[in-house]
Amino acid sequence: MPETIDKVLHLILEKHQEQLLEKWVASQLHSGEFRSDLVREDELREQCASFVALFVKCFSQKPDTDVTDDVWAPMAALLTDIAKRRTNQGFTPSETATFVFSLKRPLFHLIKEQSQTDAQVTERLWEISLVLDKLGLFTTEVYLATREDVIARQREEMFELSCPVVQLWEGVLGLPIIGTLDSKRTQVVMESLLESLSSTQSDIAIIDITGVPVVDTLTAQHLIRTVSAAQLMGARCIISGIRPQIAQTMVHLGVSLGDVVTKSTMAAAIKYAFEFQGLEVNAKDNKYIGR
Amino acid sequence: MLGAEYVCIKTEDDLLLVRNCVRQLAASLGFGVLDATRVMTAAVELGRNTLIHGEGGHMQAAIIMQRNTKGIRLDFEDTGPGIPDIDLALTDGYTSKNGMGLGLGGAKRLVNELTIVPLAPRGVRVRAISWLDRN
Repeated sequence: MPETIDKVLHLILEKHQEQLLEKWVASQLHSGEFRSDLVREDELREQCASFVALFVKCFSQKPDTDVTDDVWAPMAALLTDIAKRRTNQGFTPSETATFVFSLKRPLFHLIKEQSQTDAQVTERLWEISLVLDKLGLFTTEVYLATREDVIARQREEMFELSCPVVQLWEGVLGLPIIGTLDSKRTQVVMESLLESLSSTQSDIAIIDITGVPVVDTLTAQHLIRTVSAAQLMGARCIISGIRPQIAQTMVHLGVSLGDVVTKSTMAAAIKYAFEFQGLEVNAKDNKYIGR
Repeated sequence: MLGAEYVCIKTEDDLLLVRNCVRQLAASLGFGVLDATRVMTAAVELGRNTLIHGEGGHMQAAIIMQRNTKGIRLDFEDTGPGIPDIDLALTDGYTSKNGMGLGLGGAKRLVNELTIVPLAPRGVRVRAISWLDRN
């Protein structure tokens, strides 16, 4: 249950809004923690003014400590904007939260001046403190959400980067897979393989799993599915790069890759592909033979 | 118990953490490449079971010692519907979802000991132990 704040508090805030803003800006500029290297004074003043104005407005409309209410939505938007901007400017999340928390000092002074009894002071400080804490923590959440967005985007980019399809020879495609072959990755691998098969008119694809640390039953299932899809397009698939420990583990697991051609190295797979195409690699000059 | 690690299993990405955790433990005990791959594969299989069949849970990994032999003990716990017929679940080719049906039986072959204990009121604990000197 949100606590209802007493009726007079928001009137005090409304009446002394100007004074509060001035004191807040002044205290931040002279606190010694002011990062003049990161934010200009007029920008700070503007952010403070918007914050105080919205704070007083939201508070008057709904004087309780529940900041998740719709009335506080404009404040959430403002803080999101400030937090994002400050993150880009190079502020740490603590510094951004401190921006909100620093309002406490001038605000507490104001409440102390305007209250009659000690009990009233304590009660009002507690309530206003709750609201400011929630708003300050909100900026940290925004920071985290921004970070998570960045991580998600980088992951997406890495997915695309990490599934290259290379043409090794006319009609022969190579797919080196590095890392874990999970469901999402398989989808990307399969799509790019099928697309390249059709665009390059290739009929042999070599899937190299040297860089896959562990082949479990699901990875095997994904490999088999990818191979079947390529076979449906008339292509022949070779799985290469099966290391000794992977081979043994797969035997213990009881996984079989069916009738898929497998080779221990990429080189063996390329040789197989050439044989399949009826090609032969010969040295041009005799002096290299037997080296 | 010489050391313990706790990994939450809530998404497919957490299986990477499971694998890396087991890899580090295996490396610290001096497991060879083959044995390390075996226990890592078993851990990923069991972790995926926790995720898919157990609706998520956690893995607790510990280094244990018995008769001068060190080993890795992996406890996978979930709060899912449990396993109605453990023997059937261990049968190769049997699956209640659309997997290959080899995970649990395969994992049992990859480690030295595998026990499945139902937990009250819901879920199971699958304990896998892999000894450094497996013979």
